[in-house]
Amino acid sequence: MAISGVLRPGYVQLRVLDMEAALVHYRDRIGLDVVQTDDEGLVYLKAYDEFDHHSIVLREAPEAGIDFMAFKVASEEALDEFARRLRGAGCTVEEIAPDDKRHLGRRIAFTAPTGHRFELFATIGRADLGPMVDNPELWHTEPRAMRVQRFDHCLLYGDDIDGAIDLFSKLLGFSLTERVVAPDGTVIAAFLSCGMKAHDIALVRHDEKGKLHHVSFLLESWNDVGHAADIMSRYNMSIDIGPTRHGITRGQTIYFFDPSGNRNEVFAGGYTFYPDHPVRTWSTDEVGKAIFYYERALNDRFMTVVT
Amino acid sequence: MVARYIIEIEDCGRRFPCPEDEGVLQAMERQGWQAIPVGCRNGGCGRCLIRVICGAFRTGLMSRRHVSEGQGAQGLALACRLYPQSDLTVRLATPHDRAATENENARGA
Ligand code: FES
Repeated sequence: MAISGVLRPGYVQLRVLDMEAALVHYRDRIGLDVVQTDDEGLVYLKAYDEFDHHSIVLREAPEAGIDFMAFKVASEEALDEFARRLRGAGCTVEEIAPDDKRHLGRRIAFTAPTGHRFELFATIGRADLGPMVDNPELWHTEPRAMRVQRFDHCLLYGDDIDGAIDLFSKLLGFSLTERVVAPDGTVIAAFLSCGMKAHDIALVRHDEKGKLHHVSFLLESWNDVGHAADIMSRYNMSIDIGPTRHGITRGQTIYFFDPSGNRNEVFAGGYTFYPDHPVRTWSTDEVGKAIFYYERALNDRFMTVVT
Repeated sequence: MVARYIIEIEDCGRRFPCPEDEGVLQAMERQGWQAIPVGCRNGGCGRCLIRVICGAFRTGLMSRRHVSEGQGAQGLALACRLYPQSDLTVRLATPHDRAATENENARGA
């Protein structure tokens, strides 16, 4: 399948309580590279296997959480088309001018029914040290720390996930890959893909708007999940759960917290999704296995702790 | 020598020692107790909110969403960012404690 429209998650901006502590975490433990600090003190980072200028933006603030998540779309024309569709559906769409200093082209921004802010963009600068393209080596220099390859997806908690699922599937062309459904038919959790991954964004029903459950990074292998766990224990990092595997998406995973309490995931694996695949559905009585396939039991901290 | 103080959780009577440079939540968890709910352990999620009834302490950075400046001054704290400077008596936050910070945040916003 040719991927058109929305291509993939682009970047996410997180609020951190202490920038120095956040940099030790994201740069020295997870292994991202700092590519820029702007004049407002925001720090831009990327993983070694990403072409785009940045994928993680950190902003020091008095409370933790997510400012916004951005998706890259195929072209400027696609961006105009999405703006038209969103406005047609009654969404307020903000146009943001290109920002050369931050290596960003023009963006459109909107707030989803779950209260989360999203941006769409077609143009972003290329990283100086992106993956090689001529007789490409695996990397310029061996990846550090947890060796994450790229930013992969976010799981967000919010109230009106039905509205957000509609927006992502009907207006932005995402496919619902997997869901958790209560006996009365209420969708508790939804996993949505814009390409061939098991998910690019996931949504869980929750009382409050605009919450972050986790930001996820891709690892090459199950061995690297173990290596990440070694680093977490060596540096006494706050672990949530893992290493384990999800029933949903089948990812091999470990969850942990950044020094401001924002949850991170590093994972490997997961199935390939094609748009003709049927939606996979979990009932709430099997949700333990859906979430942690090995433990087969719900973990209250994992289910309820958000920033 | 790092000083160690005794933390008493009023709700259940649990007592455990905590070094002055370790978070009360981390010390509790390391010694195998579960009296205070454990979340992110890093001052972001609000799950470990407690009220200090008596004793001297200092706090690290805490997400303002869960402890406003005013509430902090009245002894509300995140146990994961609470460092004892004397023996402490604490109790778990009540829904009323949580609502107070929410109201204060709403007023400030
Ligand atoms: S455990 Fe999250 S704020 Fe203390």
